[in-house]
Amino acid sequence: MNGIHDMGGMHGMGPIEYLETEPVFHEAWEGRTYAISCAVQSTGKLRLGLRPPIENIPAGEYLRMSYYERWLISIIERMVASDLLTRDEIETGRPATTSANAPLALSPADALAAQFKIPATRLSVQIGARFRLGQAVRARNINPVTHTRLPRYARGKSGTIERDHGVFAFMDTSAYSAGENPQHVYSVRFAARELWGHEAAPHDAVYLDLFEDYLEPA
Amino acid sequence: MTASHNHDPDHQDVPSDPALRVKALESLLVAKGLVDPAALDALVDTYENKVGPRNGARVVARAWVDPDYKKRLLASGTAAIAELGYSSNQGADIGVVENTHQVHNLIVCTLCSCYPWPVLGLPPVWYKSAPYRSRAVIDPRSVLREMGTELPADVELRVWDSTAEQRYFVLPERPAGTEQLGEEQLAALVTRDAMIGVKKVMPQLEVGRR
Repeated sequence: MNGIHDMGGMHGMGPIEYLETEPVFHEAWEGRTYAISCAVQSTGKLRLGLRPPIENIPAGEYLRMSYYERWLISIIERMVASDLLTRDEIETGRPATTSANAPLALSPADALAAQFKIPATRLSVQIGARFRLGQAVRARNINPVTHTRLPRYARGKSGTIERDHGVFAFMDTSAYSAGENPQHVYSVRFAARELWGHEAAPHDAVYLDLFEDYLEPA
Repeated sequence: MTASHNHDPDHQDVPSDPALRVKALESLLVAKGLVDPAALDALVDTYENKVGPRNGARVVARAWVDPDYKKRLLASGTAAIAELGYSSNQGADIGVVENTHQVHNLIVCTLCSCYPWPVLGLPPVWYKSAPYRSRAVIDPRSVLREMGTELPADVELRVWDSTAEQRYFVLPERPAGTEQLGEEQLAALVTRDAMIGVKKVMPQLEVGRR
């Protein structure tokens, strides 16, 4: 969706607040939020991806919130969408009496092991590649209202296939459990001047990893 | 955290509200059998203490002293990184991009916060923040300048916007004057920021640099 999260190329976001050193989690609740998200994800019961609920946060709130506040909203929305939790339970803080989930909690060892294994988004299915290395392609002009990984700044722009990463689940649909639609993902090189005009440095480039469905021959 | 960052929305020392909400959520999830608090402790400990930029620094130092390893690293980052014992969920596919005299690489995730976690740990706040994400693709040279990295005009700057399944990390240039250093000493010079591509590796580590 054309949300505030898709901010590549925007102006007016203020200075970069660089810190040389900072703690991994600035507050204890951030670490808990992150860990809850990892642990629940690893149960395999979530039917909604991390990013769609974050991208649905209204723009003003998105910009005001800290990073892990967005994660907190996301994990709650994902659990509700996956029937693991009801809004009533969140409000009361108590499990509903009708709540009859089998215990899904992973042990510490299993929760850690799940962090260190290959994710399921790379698929081992054999599918022919539509594009070849070196081929000129154009990013399609699409404007889905749902999750997509084609940033606005690249839409309609021409680039070159630099690498074929292999076959992956298509996040535009798989993030909603609406089908894996396995397809090739390519590294595509866009000249900075193609994206930003002649003010950009002549030899600079931006590389994007793009699903085959985002591309057409140039 | 210092008090001077109180008004930055990407810094987190503001309200107790999220802290209370997370506490209530954790209690509820434990009561429902969805999470084990000991597993949450273990996850926090792992990300706070076990993964981090020292992992990446060891990968870089190995690549600097072992040309065969460097070849494997550039050809198949994920496998070569796993050789040193680092792998993880979010970073299953890691592409390594090499800085040279002619090419400088910079990593960003404009849509979210993708980051090569197994080698660098969790990303710093500035990396995930709107100013960096918005500017790194359209005006990367000024971003680098702000970080103290001036790129000559004839160096090609490649910005890697990690939008999909691939995570990237930068193999920085080995600084001149480090020919006598061993792998461990080299690793000590390699900073998180050099592996994101916003800085270069200096021949001597300044106090407090990352």
